[in-house]
Amino acid sequence: MTSGGEAVLFWILAPVSVLGALGLLLVRKAVHVALGMAVVMINLGIFYIAQNAEFLGIVQIVVYTGAVMMLFIFVLMLIGVDSSDSLVETIKGQKIAGLLLSTGLGVALFAAIGSATFASPIGLKEVNAGGNITGMAVLIFGKYVWAFEVTSALLITAALAAMVLAHRERLTPRPTQRQWSERRFQVGKNLAGLPAPGVYARRNAVDTPALLPDGTPSEASVPRVLTAREQVNDPEPYAGAERAIEREIEEGTNR
Amino acid sequence: MSLIVSLAAGAQNGVHAIAPSLASADNPIADFSDTPWWLSLIKALLVFVFLLINTLLVIWFERRVIGRMQQRPGPNRTGPFGLLQTLADGLKLAFKEDLTPKNADKVVFLLAPMIAGAMAFISFSIIPMGPVVSMFGHRTPLQLTDTPVAVLLVLAVAGVGVYGIIMAGWSSGSTYPLLGGLRSTAQVISYEIAMGLSLVAVFLYSGSMSTSQIVASQKSLWFIIPAFFSFLVYVVTMVGETNRLPFDLAEGEGELTGGFHTEYSSMKFAMFFLGEYVNMFTVSALATTMFLGGWQAPPGIAAINDGMFNQGWWGLLWFVIKLWSFMFFFVWLRGSLPRVRYDQFMRFGWKFLIPVTLLWVVSVAFIRGAQLAFFGESTRTATVIVVGVISLIALAAAWLWEGQHEAAAVPAERPEEIDPFAGGYPVPPMPGQRLREPSQQAERSLAGSTGHPELSDQEESRG
Repeated sequence: MTSGGEAVLFWILAPVSVLGALGLLLVRKAVHVALGMAVVMINLGIFYIAQNAEFLGIVQIVVYTGAVMMLFIFVLMLIGVDSSDSLVETIKGQKIAGLLLSTGLGVALFAAIGSATFASPIGLKEVNAGGNITGMAVLIFGKYVWAFEVTSALLITAALAAMVLAHRERLTPRPTQRQWSERRFQVGKNLAGLPAPGVYARRNAVDTPALLPDGTPSEASVPRVLTAREQVNDPEPYAGAERAIEREIEEGTNR
Repeated sequence: MSLIVSLAAGAQNGVHAIAPSLASADNPIADFSDTPWWLSLIKALLVFVFLLINTLLVIWFERRVIGRMQQRPGPNRTGPFGLLQTLADGLKLAFKEDLTPKNADKVVFLLAPMIAGAMAFISFSIIPMGPVVSMFGHRTPLQLTDTPVAVLLVLAVAGVGVYGIIMAGWSSGSTYPLLGGLRSTAQVISYEIAMGLSLVAVFLYSGSMSTSQIVASQKSLWFIIPAFFSFLVYVVTMVGETNRLPFDLAEGEGELTGGFHTEYSSMKFAMFFLGEYVNMFTVSALATTMFLGGWQAPPGIAAINDGMFNQGWWGLLWFVIKLWSFMFFFVWLRGSLPRVRYDQFMRFGWKFLIPVTLLWVVSVAFIRGAQLAFFGESTRTATVIVVGVISLIALAAAWLWEGQHEAAAVPAERPEEIDPFAGGYPVPPMPGQRLREPSQQAERSLAGSTGHPELSDQEESRG
């Protein structure tokens, strides 16, 4: 039935995808869940390729793994979703309704798929005789052209709607880098921009104020937000070390 | 009536004429029937070794060439011409301490460099490095494998390779890697769209996505000529795709220290480093295959002695020469261009490259339609007309754009005479301006001058 190579491929990748799918259900961290999902999708793509559906397999990897899952992971990483979701029911009877509805959907799907009848298969060699992509193109742009176009119109409408909903007009024009620079020169203060945070060669985190030449910390070098939240680091230990070094340079260690 | 009938008949004939040629056109022409499985394994090993040796060489090459561009010698102590410098550096890197941050997500932190390193090698399997050669008594193409969707495979693998970057950024558990990872991922994904679109023109010309078929259809004319715009777009996107200067925003040292690999050390860092260089080879090899005729000899040489230089192992030589000319281009760029600002880079990708490439694909579709007799029997006339119309539209668009640009850039009124110390700092005069005499200025300031507008309440940028 299957060739040796295909069997080997299957028995290596099938356990991996099952593990990935199980990870999707059992793992705690949201990013791990997304990675498990990505593993399953890549494996699906490889299985498609092993079944002579090269185009489908590659598109599965490009679209689902490369684009859709990547967006998911982006959001997870930027927002920092973790497992501390509240388990309190906000809508009464939500769990029972969810269980009932999902069981109903499962029954309906099983009934629909189970009652479907298929014509006898032609075989993939036959279908791919004129080239896998040519065959796909004939189907997409010939037989199913309307289904294809209507779906794409629907998707584009949805994307546009999302953009319109999320769009916000700017009330004032945004100053460019050049305008900022010109303004700085007009005012005549901080011509080279504000001082960068951190103490040279010791600490360059944003919460450590820079030291001015006389050793006092510079207020302007840390963001206002951190100052307001009182999250600014104390530069005194670094300043002390700085003074000790300066004294050493000026007066030497052995006096 | 008769006109319509004849047109319809013409279209019918056209379609029939194309149909047989299209019927098997998109399947690869590389013949792997005489390639036993152990030979495939040997070829895979050879590709791996080829990439490793080339990486060792290119790092030395890059440092030497950049040194020459900056008028200094570059590494020249270890081995002849400093050739062994990379090897020494690599060994030193491998023996360094392997640090894992306390906040890191251990499993993902370990997986990320593996993915980034491994994915870089996969794409090279579909690159045809030469014609059919005899190896260990078998006639086999100098290519590991080929599929009807070979070029798409490169894009898919690049999409998976991005996971290495984003996983590294997230799992390090600190700010700079996370920001660098997100930046770099957004960059690679955005430029992959433009890259895919630029390749569509090549698919249209060759009628296939299999690399062996694309090389074969460039026998008479390299696609860099008919698809010149695609080539330009591809060259830009390939630099963006590999995170190289001037687009190496993911590791902008001044902003993000090392970007996504800030927390990596020793072998794990070496994997990222290796992955980046192998990726450079992959995109260069793809450019060679898609636009520069792959392993085929350059036009003049190809005609010598009945195509002698297009046979057997000669192909590998031409391929390597073309590949390395792209590598030199990468190094040249790094030696001459500063880093681009991130928002400008993304705006260029999304608002210029993608729409313009889309328009280009549509025009190529029309040109191909004319060549394949969709607009009538006389393909040459139709092609000339279509190309003429497209160039007219392009010229008109350029003219309109230029007009708008000029209208927007009307120079502001400049006084003929300026006071160089008006703002408190010396300012040189613009062309055509005269400097005010300091003696006159002193008199004027005695008469009483106005202060400058006070804008200190405005928020200042940290530029």
